[in-house]
Amino acid sequence: MSTTTVPTTTNGSGNGAEPTISESTLRAALSTRTRPPRPSAVSASVTFGWRALLKIKHVPMQLFDVTMFPIMFTLMFTYLFGGALAGSPREYLQGLLPGILVMTVTMITVYTGMAINTDITKGVFDRFKSLPIWRPAVLVGMLLADAARYTMASLVVILLGIALGFRPDGGPVGVVAAVALILVFSFALSWVWTAMGITMQTPESVMQTSMMLLFPLTFASNVFVDPETMPGWLQGFVNNNPLTHLTTASRGLMHGNVDSVELMWVFGWSAALIAVFGPLTMKLYKAER
Amino acid sequence: MPEAPLAIETEGLVKTFGDTRAVDGIDLAVPAGSVYGVLGPNGAGKTTMIRMLATLIRPTEGSARVLGHDVVREADAVRARVSLTGQFASVDEELTGKENLVLLARLLGFSHQSATERADELLDAFGLTDAADRDVKNYSGGMRRRLDIAASIVVTPDLLFLDEPTTGLDPRSRNQVWEIIRVLVASGTTVLLTTQYLDEADQLADRIAIIDHGRMIAEGTPGELKASVGAGALHVRLHDPEQRPAAQQLLTKVLAAPVTLESDPSALSSCTNDNERIAAALTELTRAGIQVNEFALGQPSLDEVFLALTGHPAEDDAADEATDDNAKEKVA
Repeated sequence: MSTTTVPTTTNGSGNGAEPTISESTLRAALSTRTRPPRPSAVSASVTFGWRALLKIKHVPMQLFDVTMFPIMFTLMFTYLFGGALAGSPREYLQGLLPGILVMTVTMITVYTGMAINTDITKGVFDRFKSLPIWRPAVLVGMLLADAARYTMASLVVILLGIALGFRPDGGPVGVVAAVALILVFSFALSWVWTAMGITMQTPESVMQTSMMLLFPLTFASNVFVDPETMPGWLQGFVNNNPLTHLTTASRGLMHGNVDSVELMWVFGWSAALIAVFGPLTMKLYKAER
Repeated sequence: MPEAPLAIETEGLVKTFGDTRAVDGIDLAVPAGSVYGVLGPNGAGKTTMIRMLATLIRPTEGSARVLGHDVVREADAVRARVSLTGQFASVDEELTGKENLVLLARLLGFSHQSATERADELLDAFGLTDAADRDVKNYSGGMRRRLDIAASIVVTPDLLFLDEPTTGLDPRSRNQVWEIIRVLVASGTTVLLTTQYLDEADQLADRIAIIDHGRMIAEGTPGELKASVGAGALHVRLHDPEQRPAAQQLLTKVLAAPVTLESDPSALSSCTNDNERIAAALTELTRAGIQVNEFALGQPSLDEVFLALTGHPAEDDAADEATDDNAKEKVA
């Protein structure tokens, strides 16, 4: 005595746009019960990197920030400050370009935190978390794909710089070494934003907070001007700013006169950032949201 | 209690978010190889419970064993044998359907080639071959849900969690999902599904737990539950709403059961399964000159079950809904 409609379990009598599901194919598809051995940490990370690259392929607008930002920064600062600070834009560019590279790439790192924040609020992260895989793989994969974005931004800055008259004395090897160093530091710095991306409520708040931290770091550095013209208290900050060390080391590598102490500083900062924010990120990631 | 080995066993499971006790002491025993339905309104704690069982969040108190493994201490062993289809499609909107499946197959350890083959096989089985290379954001609700389930069975799990698998689907897509669930269970997978619809639980589940405010208020086979609330419900719609008070009075007397007024101004309903009285009721209504447009016997709705079991209607107010929503939010 029920008027509830009992659904007829149709077996291939479909009409209309949606194809019907055939029970026999479904049964066959369900026969895969043996799991292949679980993927290695590297393989899982690379798969997540592939996922992030696919997203760039589907939404190419994401590349706007790694192409337009660097072009704007390089042109603006070269011609705005060049005449006043170094006599000519071309003269200024020799020291500025490595700095602009540092600034551009570190600025782009904040998108990592935003992307994670956007991603994590969607159901797909629940599925990733319920898989028996190396847990940091999701984040490491994203950061690997970001390294590809950073490389692209670096390429844009360097090519534009060369067109504007940048002549690195260290040659291609020096330039590649400098880019590699910047990538290492950016990878380390990204873990700060991933921790924030997981904790904070909205992508906007991640953006704002990270920009608030990054602005003083990039401008109160030796990217644009020689710290010796600054007041003493500011010099204290600037000379210990990790971005100052990174800029000095990149300049050294590009122009073939790198100071190994500066390199040590950069590696030291990178190791410290990963050591603190890597585990912190993972702890936050494992904790419930 | 059933004799089959238990796929899920919880004792005093509790999850609190701040002051809210989203899950408030649930003892669950799900026999292996069956479909177990968890029925309750929004905010009852269903999603929170599933997230604990699927090792996404840790219980505040109590313990849970899934396929013999503790969800906290042996989380990886649990993860290796279960799959989860969340309430909000757990697929990547910006990727195509095929890319989604290949991604999961790769993460499960398939080689590149076998991942692609497996993805094609699943797309075919779920009627998604034509949509394989379209972005998921352009899929219909039913297609998305099918892809979601396909993603959960790249390797057929021993236990599948389905969180409100048919909420928001049209009847045709819903039937397709039901069919998939039936085939899955026939192939040996245990399914735990949550739902807000009594008829869905009735259609699919071997046993049902009814959850309200984080507590289990009833448990049993669909037959047992229906018997406990009075098997049927009588729904009457009148031609003239003006006559409703008279009809209510008359029905209360003839049926000897409480008659509730529906939100529809011409409708009334009553929980009863006394066929003789129901037959008499129609005669009496006609004799009293009350014209009836609809006189139907059906299953009690979830609201009616709740009313019968708890004495209060299944609330769906904002505060309640916030409970489950909070579970999805980050605790900053």
